[in-house]
Amino acid sequence: MHLSVDSVSKSFGEGKARKLVLENVSFTISSGEFVALVGSSGSGKSTMMRLVAGLDRPSAGTITVDGVPVKGPGSDRGMVFQKYSLYPWLTAAQNVAFGMSLQGLPRREVQERTSYFLEVVGLSDAARRLPRELSGGMQQRVAIARALAAEPKVLLLDEPFGALDLQIRESMQEFLHGLWQRTGLTALLITHDLEEALLLAQRVHILAPRPGRIVRSVAADLPHGELAHLRVTPEFLALREELAACLRGLDGGLGL
Amino acid sequence: MRESTFWPRLLAHPWILGIAGILIVLLLWTGVTATGLVDRLFLPSPAAVLAAGQAQASAGILGRDLVASVTRVFTGFALSAAVALPLGIAMGTNRAICQLLEPLMGLIRYMPAPAFIPLLIIYFGLEELPKVMLIFIGTVFFNTLMIMDAVKFVPHELVETALTLGGKRAQLLTRVITPCIAPQVLDTYRINMASAWNLVIVAELVAANEGLGKRISLAQRFLRTDEIFVGLIVIGVIGLLIDLGFRLLMRRACSWAN
Ligand SMILES: Nc1ncnc2c1ncn2[C@@H]1O[C@H](COP(=O)(O)OP(=O)(O)O)[C@@H](O)[C@H]1O
Ligand SMILES: [Mg+2]
Repeated sequence: MHLSVDSVSKSFGEGKARKLVLENVSFTISSGEFVALVGSSGSGKSTMMRLVAGLDRPSAGTITVDGVPVKGPGSDRGMVFQKYSLYPWLTAAQNVAFGMSLQGLPRREVQERTSYFLEVVGLSDAARRLPRELSGGMQQRVAIARALAAEPKVLLLDEPFGALDLQIRESMQEFLHGLWQRTGLTALLITHDLEEALLLAQRVHILAPRPGRIVRSVAADLPHGELAHLRVTPEFLALREELAACLRGLDGGLGL
Repeated sequence: MRESTFWPRLLAHPWILGIAGILIVLLLWTGVTATGLVDRLFLPSPAAVLAAGQAQASAGILGRDLVASVTRVFTGFALSAAVALPLGIAMGTNRAICQLLEPLMGLIRYMPAPAFIPLLIIYFGLEELPKVMLIFIGTVFFNTLMIMDAVKFVPHELVETALTLGGKRAQLLTRVITPCIAPQVLDTYRINMASAWNLVIVAELVAANEGLGKRISLAQRFLRTDEIFVGLIVIGVIGLLIDLGFRLLMRRACSWAN
């Protein structure tokens, strides 16, 4: 699998109200890779994600999956939103089964794969619970399981832990990292949390705001074994400090 | 110490105070009529109203009136609900349809439905059809616009998630939008059902052979205030039962939304 974003720009509105949100953004993701896009709020991260998901069209440039241009949303690009990620009227298991049943998979297979993916995210016991009976972290795990169960080529995560408390966020980062190591999934993570990006991703792109554009791309060649360790290694701290200064510079340049 | 637990315990059973409120009014009513201060013709005693009700029931009048009114309300409202659901969803999901119909409906909605009665009588005569149509006209625009609003408040993330899971357009309607708005649709129906009851009575006051409204207007002609009270109380009780029915259905079918 090869996802390629090539010189993509996006603007909203017409004439005088026209607003350039993304300018000439390019990056790629290959099978098994975990890529993160980091930027402050309003820098166009969600817009970028929606373009990749096919929920919006670029104003210029192309997005291709294995050479085929993205023309709309499809099950090859699974998405997890920050808010309203689950169907509140369906149980955890029914949520996980949702994509498979939309696609018309046989019942047996849906059941088997639902319990498999609930187990992958460690929520077999919560199968019959409604979303409102689950904690925020559990809800996002169900949402990830639902996306994975539809067998996407790439998983798109738009600030999936942004609404969670710091402590839960850290355990969710461990969870996602472990999931990536176990299953070899391919993921594009969008976050305003630089540390989260450096912990999880192999490649990190820094997005500058107004208009959104990539100003730095770094390979996070860090020993990703244990996240708790990684957080305090000198290499990690140095890289985080360097990129944090870069991000501050972007905001400072605007007099914020 | 005792007082501090009394109120919370009492308030934990909402029906206790509710029934107390009704009983207090009944007691006051009995008291006032027993003193003889108010002319019986204006305010009959609860016992007299009960007797009038029993007389009507045993003569079979009450049953026939009830069936007539309930049938009109249910036919007219079922028609209205059946039209409003697809129309409201269409307006909530399609901008062109919404822009085409919303101003029109907003306009008609403010025309008082009873003002249509003369037209309906000219068009459809004096039988059942004009009454059913009045209930339909009087509720369909409110039902439609409220359902449209419910559709507009469906979080777009829920729709877009279905698309990224490989859902087709038609599946969005049946698998996402319809279940998502179900609680609001039931609530819309529950609220607008009250207007349907208002309208059936108005229609029967104008022209009918039987029905609870007809009975009230006949009672007025013969100064039978006790029978007017019977009609009012029966209408109130049926309305309350329908309301409770909708609430029960909502709790059963949409427990996720509570
Ligand atoms: N549909 C839209 N119409 C107009 N402006 C939009 C639209 N979507 C996003 N924007 C604008 O694009 C900018 C970036 O938004 P977004 O991609 O949500 O940023 P982020 O996710 O990084 O916080 C914001 O200024 C927002 O107002
Ligand atoms: Mg965003």
